Amino acid sequence: MKPFEYNRANDLDHAARLTSDGARPIAGGTNLLDLMKLEIETPDALVDINRVPLGGIEPDGDELRIGALVTNSACAADERIRRDYPVLARAILAGATFQLRNKATTAGNLCQRTRCYYFYNTEMPCNKREPGSGCSAIGGFNRIHAVLGASDACIATYPGDMAVALCALNATVEIATAEGHTRSVPVRAFHRLPDDAPERDNVLEPGEVITAVVLPAPPGGKHVYRKVRDRSSYAFALVSIAAVVRMDGGAIASAALAFGGLAHKPWHDERVDALLVGEVPSDALFDKAADLLLDGAQGHGTNDFKIPMARRTLKAVLREVTGDAE
Amino acid sequence: MALIINGREYAFEGDPRTTLLDFLRRDCDLTGTKKGCDHGQCGACTVLVNGQRINSCLTLAVMHDGESVTTIEGLGTIDDLHPLQAAFVKHDGYQCGYCTPGQICSAKAMLEEAANNWPSFVSENLSGETRLTPDEIRERMSGNLCRCGAYSNIVDAIVEVMEREQ
Repeated sequence: MKPFEYNRANDLDHAARLTSDGARPIAGGTNLLDLMKLEIETPDALVDINRVPLGGIEPDGDELRIGALVTNSACAADERIRRDYPVLARAILAGATFQLRNKATTAGNLCQRTRCYYFYNTEMPCNKREPGSGCSAIGGFNRIHAVLGASDACIATYPGDMAVALCALNATVEIATAEGHTRSVPVRAFHRLPDDAPERDNVLEPGEVITAVVLPAPPGGKHVYRKVRDRSSYAFALVSIAAVVRMDGGAIASAALAFGGLAHKPWHDERVDALLVGEVPSDALFDKAADLLLDGAQGHGTNDFKIPMARRTLKAVLREVTGDAE
Repeated sequence: MALIINGREYAFEGDPRTTLLDFLRRDCDLTGTKKGCDHGQCGACTVLVNGQRINSCLTLAVMHDGESVTTIEGLGTIDDLHPLQAAFVKHDGYQCGYCTPGQICSAKAMLEEAANNWPSFVSENLSGETRLTPDEIRERMSGNLCRCGAYSNIVDAIVEVMEREQ
């Protein structure tokens, strides 16, 4: 690990001053420290924000505000999350292990980096790790890579589960800017596609600190998080789907779907949601939804299987979420 | 700054790069906690911080100023084994034993999480009481690898302690 300067912040102003000077915030550290050991991340300074008061899950009107430092364990165990936003609890529990979730935080989880093999292999070119060096996954082993929204510079995927559920729920990320203001970004717009700047995973600007994630009023309906992976526990998604669907008199009254494992960001396609609303569930309808989702999907060799897998998973999730069975 | 480890205060002054795991093993001479992968994948380094199980390889000692750490040395002694230690011996919950301190620390915290009704990925119902079936135990212990493959005996050992506690 490269040497770094360590400072602990006790309040947000202190943290913001240090991040404005280039320090990287560290909370749980489960991803950042791993990457620092491998010298993929080499920050000159860390600011430990664990003692900044950014914890707690508090209602704000109909909304529910999850502090940036709330651990994944605490979030998934919270009674309100389990009752009103079960898709979020399910998605969190589908990721990592109890040990990691006890450290991993809400904000840190959003900012976790790709698990692309070549991003981790400092012997190989990677535009995300070293801009301009090339992409080894294109033409290489790309079993876990993107089939939607990739670019010639990068075909990495966003690896997380929690953010996929937050996308389906249309949650908002609350951010403290370096100038001391607050701005809000929908989770759906927080992560970026790689384009020609894959080194930027999300829209956070230098010096900014995530302060909370805000869930809108409970959406009701049926919630499903389905994750397809190589082993049944402690593995990243090949394909995952978060679905929140409300039925009314045999037709779909509202639908919000988000997809993991397919792209550089949790994938949300409002055309898919819109197609389903007002319709009576049928396999033909679900096929149409998959056609729309996967229009333009492109495999890169070893990840070609993800395209039919995404279709099958979507159909299975839609059958489950629109069915009568509890 | 100092950490409270197994009830005793240990001063920390040194390179901020020191992980909690390296601090325990190298500076405190508490070598019961094992270094396996050093990347949070195997669970051999599992300890309890403020009662919660974490991977001690993926956190810095400097981040735990004033916090309470429990390692395998803090659970039992050779003359007075912790019930989980005794059950692992009885059920042969290991072969080489390298993962065992992590397994036992992890199992201790797992029983408390379940008592607090924390759900897991395999819980059918997100509300209500947690019943630790063997499937639940396997899912909740999936952060602790055993390369010898003693998993079935590990589950048996945990089940015995759980049933005795109920």
